[in-house]
Amino acid sequence: MSAAEAGIVVVGASLAGLRGAEALRRHGYAGRLTLVGDEPHRPYDRPPLSKHVLSGELAPDATVLPERAALDAQWRLGHAAVALDRDAKAIRLADGSVLAYERLLIATGAQARPWPAASGGALAGIFTLRGRDDAARLRTALAGGPARVLIVGAGLIGCEAASCCRDLGLPVTLVDPNPTPLARSLGTWVGGVIADCLRDAGVTFHAGAQVLRFAGDASGRVARAHLADGGAVEADLVIVALGATRATDWLSGAGLMADAGGVTCDGACRVLGADGTPCPDIYAAGDVARWPNPLYGGRLMSVEHWGNAVAQAAHAARNMLAPSEDQQAYHHLPAFWSSQFGINIKAVGLSAGAGADAVAIVQGSRASRRFLAVYGRAGRSIAAVSFDQARWLPAYAEAVAAGQPFPPIRDASDQGGFLAMAPGFPPPRAAPTPIEAHHG
Amino acid sequence: MAEDTLFSEVLDPANRADPYPIYARLRENPVAPQRDGSVVVSSHAAIRSLIFDPRLSSEDLPPSHRPRTGNPLKDWLLNPIKDRIATAHRPLIFRDPPDHDTLRHAVMRAFSVARVEALRQRIVRDVDALIDACVGRDEVCLVEDLSYPLPVSVICDLLGVPEADEPRFQAWATQLATALEPDARHDEASRHRTVAAFDAISGYMRALIREKRRRPTADMLSALAAPGPDGKAVMGDFDLISTAILLLVAGHETTVNLITNGMLTLLRHPQELERLRADPERAPRVIEELLRYEPPVHFRTRKALGAIAVAGRIIPKGAPVILLFAAANRDPARFDDPDRFDPDREDNQHFGFGGGLHYCMGAPLARIEAEIALVALCRRLVAPGLMADPPPYRPGASLRGPERLGIRISGIAPG
Ligand SMILES: Cc1cc2nc3c(=O)[nH]c(=O)nc-3n(C[C@H](O)[C@H](O)[C@H](O)COP(=O)(O)OP(=O)(O)OC[C@H]3O[C@@H](n4cnc5c(N)ncnc54)[C@H](O)[C@@H]3O)c2cc1C
Ligand code: HEM
Repeated sequence: MSAAEAGIVVVGASLAGLRGAEALRRHGYAGRLTLVGDEPHRPYDRPPLSKHVLSGELAPDATVLPERAALDAQWRLGHAAVALDRDAKAIRLADGSVLAYERLLIATGAQARPWPAASGGALAGIFTLRGRDDAARLRTALAGGPARVLIVGAGLIGCEAASCCRDLGLPVTLVDPNPTPLARSLGTWVGGVIADCLRDAGVTFHAGAQVLRFAGDASGRVARAHLADGGAVEADLVIVALGATRATDWLSGAGLMADAGGVTCDGACRVLGADGTPCPDIYAAGDVARWPNPLYGGRLMSVEHWGNAVAQAAHAARNMLAPSEDQQAYHHLPAFWSSQFGINIKAVGLSAGAGADAVAIVQGSRASRRFLAVYGRAGRSIAAVSFDQARWLPAYAEAVAAGQPFPPIRDASDQGGFLAMAPGFPPPRAAPTPIEAHHG
Repeated sequence: MAEDTLFSEVLDPANRADPYPIYARLRENPVAPQRDGSVVVSSHAAIRSLIFDPRLSSEDLPPSHRPRTGNPLKDWLLNPIKDRIATAHRPLIFRDPPDHDTLRHAVMRAFSVARVEALRQRIVRDVDALIDACVGRDEVCLVEDLSYPLPVSVICDLLGVPEADEPRFQAWATQLATALEPDARHDEASRHRTVAAFDAISGYMRALIREKRRRPTADMLSALAAPGPDGKAVMGDFDLISTAILLLVAGHETTVNLITNGMLTLLRHPQELERLRADPERAPRVIEELLRYEPPVHFRTRKALGAIAVAGRIIPKGAPVILLFAAANRDPARFDDPDRFDPDREDNQHFGFGGGLHYCMGAPLARIEAEIALVALCRRLVAPGLMADPPPYRPGASLRGPERLGIRISGIAPG
C-alpha cells in the first residue's frame, strides 16, 4: 500500500483521538482514516469514572463519548501499537500486524502510576483508576462493602474517590505526603477547604503521611498499609491515586524525543525527532503531548486535563492538513474542573506550575465554601479557581489570559476585605523540568 | 439630538411605538455615557460580558431621576414600592450575591419543572374560558379580555392562593404594577392606593403563609414555607412575603406584554399567524423570536461597584448602568437581518429573559402561558384584524407594551 493510500492513522482511541479524527473530517480530509486503540471500547469519557460511576449513579458503559459526525473510519480496537518505524512509515500492532501511515497522530494519553509489586502492589484489593474497566472493577469491589477503604494520594482523583466512597457510606482513610489535599494543584491554602470537607464528611485524613508498603493476609489480600512514620492503616481495599505516566513505551526505539513525561513537540504539535527537528508527518495531542506553550514564554508544558485534549487534538488535526508554511502554534490556557463533596470546582490558568506567590479570595468566602480565588505572581494574575461560583470564572479567565494586575477585579458585589495569602504549594518533586498540570 | 441624551429619547413616550431606530443609533457607540452620568449598554457582546461581571450590582440601585422633594415622607410616598421594599425586605431581584443566590436557590427548588408542567392543563382551561367569554362579539380587547387576567390567575394557582381570593390579587397586581411606571402618570391618590395595595398584599401573604405552615398543601408557597431538611426555615417570613410579591409582579406585566406583543406581531405578519394556526408545533420558535424581536422587558438598570472596562470604554465606578436588552436583541453583529421577524432563525440567543445570575426564574412558565394563549388565539379568532396600528402604548419604556389591543373578528371558533 502506498503511503497516500494508507492515509492518516490515529493511535489512541480516546478523547484526543476521537476529537482529532472528527476535526480531520471537519477540515475536509476525505482519505483513509484509521483509529487504533488498545482498549476494546469505543471512545469514552474519563471524568465521570471517579465521580458518578464510582458512586453508582452512572454505569461504566454509559460514558461513551458522543461521536459528533459520521467518521467513516477503520477502527482497530483492542490492538495496542507496540512499535513505530519512521523509515517505513508504519506502526506494528501487538498481534504482529503492520499498519502503514501517511501521517500519524499520537494520542495515547497516560496510564495510572501503579504501586510497585515489590512493596505489595500485587496484592488483591489494590486498585488504580484510569479506564472504564478499572472503574467497573472498583465499583464492584466497593459494592461488596469493604471494612475500610484506603486512598493513597489526595489529588483530584483521590479526593473525588474519597467523596464517592463516603456517599456510599464506606469508612475511608486518605493519606498524602502534603499538609492538605489538592496541595499540588491548588496549594494548601485553598486545599484547606477540602480538608474541612473531608473532616465534615467523616474521612480520616492523614496529612504528611507516606505509605511505604502494603501487607496482605494469608489469602494474598491487602490487609494494611505501613506508613513511613511507623504507623499502619488497616484497610481491605486500596485505591492508589498517585497520578499518571505518559503512554510512550511503544515509542522507545523510534528515535523520537519521548519519555515517561510525554512526547515532545514543537509549537505546532509536530513531534520532535531525537535530534530536535520536527517530523513533518507525526503529530501528538492530549495528555501524551508536551509542547512549548507561547502563553508561558514557550516553556515546555504538558496538560493532563480534558479541555486540553479536545482543543489540542483539533489544533493538531488542522495543522496536519495544512502545508508546512502554514503551521500554527498552539496557545492554551490550562483549565480543569472537579466535583467532590457536593462542590463544583473549576480552575483556569497555571498556579504552581507558573510560580504563584500569592492567592486571595476575591468573591465569596472561604468559610461558606463558595468563593472565587485568584493566584498571583509578581503582581500579575496568573490563575483563578472557583468553588461553586463557576459563572464568574470567564471574567477572570480573561483577566488571567491578559496578565492583568493581581487581583484583577476589586469591588465585586460579594467581595469582603482583600487579603493576599501564601498559596502554599509544596516544593517541586524534582529539578525544574517541564510544567505539568495533572488530574492525578 | 446629541449622543449623550439619546436615552432620554428612549424614555420619551412619543417613541414608545417604535424605539428601534433609536436603539440602532445607540449601538453605534455600544457603551454610551449619558449626560446624567448613566451609561447605556446596547450591543450583544458588551451586555454578554457585563452580565457575567461581578462588579455589576442590582442592589444599590441609583436613586430615580425624579428630584427629591426634601420631605422624606413625601419621597417615600412618591416612590412607594422601592423605598418600602428597601426598608423592609428587598426581593431577590434587587439583591446581590451571596444573599441573592441563597434565596434564588431556595425558590428554584420549589419552582421545579414538574410544578410548572403541572399547570399546563389549567392554563389551557383558563385560556379557553377567557376566549369563550368573547363569543358573540365582533371585537376582542386582547389586554383586558385575556393577556391581563391570565398571568395573575396562574400565579395564584402556583402559589396556592385560594380561587375565591383571586379577584383581590388581580386588583393588587394592577395597582402594584403602576408603581413600576414613570411617576408622571399617577397622582398622589394613586400612590396612596399603591402603598395600600402593598400593605394589603403583605398582610394577606403573612396570613396565608401561617395557614400553609399549619396545613401544607401541594402548592409552591407551602413548599417554601416548609422547614428544610435540617428543620430550619428555608427563608424568613419577610423574604417569603417579598418573594411571593415578586413572583406576582415580575410575572405579571411581562407575560401580559409577551402575549399582547405576540398577537400584535403576528397580525402584522399574517403569513406567520397562518403558519402557527396550521402548525402549533411552531409555537416555541415563534415565542423565542418574539422574545428577541419584541421583548416585554427592554432594559434593566444596575450600578457599577468598580470601574469596568468593556468594549474599549471604561464604565466609571458608581455609574448607573442601563442594560438595553432590546437593543442587543437587534444587534446586527449577533443576528442576521435583525429587524426581520423570523421564527425560523437558528441560534437565537436573545436577552428576552435577561441573562446571568438574574436570568428570569419564570421563563419556563412564561413560555408555556404564551404558547398556549397564542396558539388558541390563532386557532379560534376568525379573520382577525388590527383595529389600530400602532396601538396605544402604556407609558413604561422598560416594561413596554400596548395599553389596548383591539382585534376585529368575524367570529370565534369552538375550543
Ligand atoms: C478518573 C479520571 C477523572 C478525570 N477527571 C477529569 C476532570 O474532572 N476534569 C478534567 O479536566 N480532566 C479530568 N481527567 C483527565 C482527562 O480525562 C484526560 O485529560 C483525557 O482523558 C485525556 O485524553 P487523551 O485522549 O489525551 O488520553 P487518554 O484518555 O488517556 O486516552 C489515551 C488512549 O490511548 C490508549 N493507548 C495507550 N497506549 C496505546 C498504544 N500503545 N496503542 C493503542 N492505544 C493506546 C489508551 O488505552 C487510551 O484509550 C480525568 C482523568 C481520569 C483518569
Ligand atoms: C414573558 C414573560 C417574562 C419575561 C419577558 C420576563 C423577563 C425577565 C427579565 C428580563 C428578568 C431579569 C431581570 C434583571 O436582570 O434584573 C427577569 C427576572 C425574574 N423573573 Fe421574569 N419574566 C417573565 C415572566 C416571569 C414569570 C411568569 C415569573 C414568575 C412566576 C418571573 C419571575 C422572575 C423572577 C423571580 C426574576 C428575578 C430573578 C433573579 O433576580 O434572580 N418572570 N424576568
